[in-house]
Amino acid sequence: MAIVDKLGESLNGSGGGIILTSVDAVVDWSRGHSLWAMPMGTACCAMELIAASFNKFDFDRHGTFPRPDPRHCDVMVVAGTVTRKMAPAIMRLYAQMPDPKWVIAMGNCAVSGGIFYYDSYSVIRGVDEFLPVDVHIAGCPPRPESLQDAVLQLRERITTESIAPGKRHVRELLLPTNGDVSLHENGDRE
Amino acid sequence: MNIQELRDHLCGQHPDLCPLFSIEFGDGVLQVDCETLYEAAENLQSLGFDRLGMLTAVDFGDHFEMVYRLTSRSMSVGMFLKCAVPRETPRTRSLVPLWPAALWQEREVYDMFGIEFDGHPDLRRILLPPDWVGFPLRKDYRDDRLIRRPDYI
Amino acid sequence: MALEVESREEIVDERGNEVSELVINVGPSHPSTHGVCRVITHLDGEIVTKAEPVIGYLHRGIEKMAENRTYLQIVPLTDRLDYVGSMYSNWAYCRAVERLAGIRVPERAEYLRVIVCEMQRIASHMMSLGSAAGDTGAATMFIYAFDERERIVELFEELCGARLTYNYVRPGGVSYDTPEDWFDTLLEFTRKHRTALHEMDRLFFGNVIARGRMKGIGVLSAADAVGWGASGPVARGSGVNWDLRKHDSYSVYPRFDFDVPTGSNGDAYDRARCRLFECFESCRIIEQAVAQIGEGPFKAEGAPRLLKPRPGEAYDHIESARGSLGVYIVSDGSERPYRVKFRSPAFCNLALLPLLAQGHTLSDLVVILGSLDPVFGEVDR
Repeated sequence: MAIVDKLGESLNGSGGGIILTSVDAVVDWSRGHSLWAMPMGTACCAMELIAASFNKFDFDRHGTFPRPDPRHCDVMVVAGTVTRKMAPAIMRLYAQMPDPKWVIAMGNCAVSGGIFYYDSYSVIRGVDEFLPVDVHIAGCPPRPESLQDAVLQLRERITTESIAPGKRHVRELLLPTNGDVSLHENGDRE
Repeated sequence: MNIQELRDHLCGQHPDLCPLFSIEFGDGVLQVDCETLYEAAENLQSLGFDRLGMLTAVDFGDHFEMVYRLTSRSMSVGMFLKCAVPRETPRTRSLVPLWPAALWQEREVYDMFGIEFDGHPDLRRILLPPDWVGFPLRKDYRDDRLIRRPDYI
Repeated sequence: MALEVESREEIVDERGNEVSELVINVGPSHPSTHGVCRVITHLDGEIVTKAEPVIGYLHRGIEKMAENRTYLQIVPLTDRLDYVGSMYSNWAYCRAVERLAGIRVPERAEYLRVIVCEMQRIASHMMSLGSAAGDTGAATMFIYAFDERERIVELFEELCGARLTYNYVRPGGVSYDTPEDWFDTLLEFTRKHRTALHEMDRLFFGNVIARGRMKGIGVLSAADAVGWGASGPVARGSGVNWDLRKHDSYSVYPRFDFDVPTGSNGDAYDRARCRLFECFESCRIIEQAVAQIGEGPFKAEGAPRLLKPRPGEAYDHIESARGSLGVYIVSDGSERPYRVKFRSPAFCNLALLPLLAQGHTLSDLVVILGSLDPVFGEVDR
């Protein structure tokens, strides 16, 4: 927990309106409390993603707001099965997101392929084959509460990160090496 | 019109189709030759089968079987139309001129089985990426990326 | 991937003027495509000259997977086909298996199936109406409709423990009997739901903006609807009075008194309004079914767990929220099916998009797509 979380108490105690903290703590605090989510809903889990952001579960109270534009977003929620045809689009969307960025893999399909692990010729067994995933959520589909828990866990993780270039964890696409995910971006046009 | 009346009606109108007609699970089945498939479908359409409900294929090892299911708004009976396509030269005539519903469904059969349709305006893969190798729903399809489920029933 | 300019080609129109055709790529991840659909759109100014849907981004090979599973193990796979209406795929598959294996289903199970499927129809239509309304900018309607859906999901959770993938209808019956007081909660829901539907009708369909955005958009003629194999609210919006519950009646549907709402203009407005009126009819069916249901077993006695139907083939179809959903099974006498084919209504309905979108503006494209109500788990399978 950063000192900024106890901002009110600190101001009460010190009286001068001045507190000392590290830049990292302030930056991480602000980043962690307004995670805008890129809802990468591909399959069934997208329904629970919508349910989580609507009135009953109310995602917004955690500062997480679904934005369909990758350039506005901090965290990509991959909700659903990823096929070989879809993977290049997800990689491209991830590349369009500004740094710093995080990934939540929601549901068994995004974690490991889930029910489609065996016998399926077109499903990629988990998004961590091509994206650096921070939080995995199990369930088929996970409940909306699980997704909220994942956001809170991600927030915990963000508080340990540093913005110093030397200490910064650079996140890059794990580009496929074995030709598993072929990039046929515009292949289906003439 | 029930299934028996349909049979009588069909035999009266098209005596050549009569011996090919059978009844299975309450649906009429018409097993024809692929050369005469289009004409048979045309005849059934004029009998009142105005909807092409389903179009698919089954891989029977030595041959493929095309399965068309026709339904009608005026009759509460379903009708199967079947024809065997040889495995070596998987070609048959497209039904797109009769029912536009065949447009995407024939593309899907081409995608999954590699059966080509003469007269189809836009025959290419629909579900799989265009550079995909092989036809997955064939029984002899092999894929290194596919992990077979262990046998524990 | 929001709208992206792909290319600009100079073409010459019939009067010899140079016009530039703009090719815009919509999707595969776009909030208005209701899933992972990509539409390559050719534009002349703002008018769509050609819209070409590219599907298959969620093709998971369920039909191939089914060939290596026993008949009972396929039921969870059918949940993931139409994930907005899982109960339908369950039921259609189970009906085909029961026809193939000759299993008789007890009456209570048939009533329970009808009740859950009509609830599912309401849930699915609420999702469809809400997202179609969201596309036209009416976010309030989306939230109101989704709230209604959430009530049904809560009831399903009480019944079978799952919120989305129920695995409830099994060959020979259903997996659980109803919990105590479940029917009372259900009847309370249908009573409140009618009020909510009237409110939505006034709020959205009476709204001048919704009328302006949806009336006369994407007009589908009755002849085209039949020829292209459209079914469900898409066909009924064009005045094709075709509902399998009524015209090829199955299960205990002949015992209920209900109407089939049809539209007359075949535009996006009529298709959406058909869905709204179907929810009223579903409430009627649920109330009659709850009144008629008797005590008894909820699964067939003596049905084996490892089914081995005789060699042959069976086809059965039911009226899902999107249209006639058919399942075709070929058996070779072993414990695994030789071939399973799902005839998906959303696939056939989506094939109409190029026909309907032509000549409309790009902003109408999403309205038309929303009115076709595709679910891509079912389109791509």
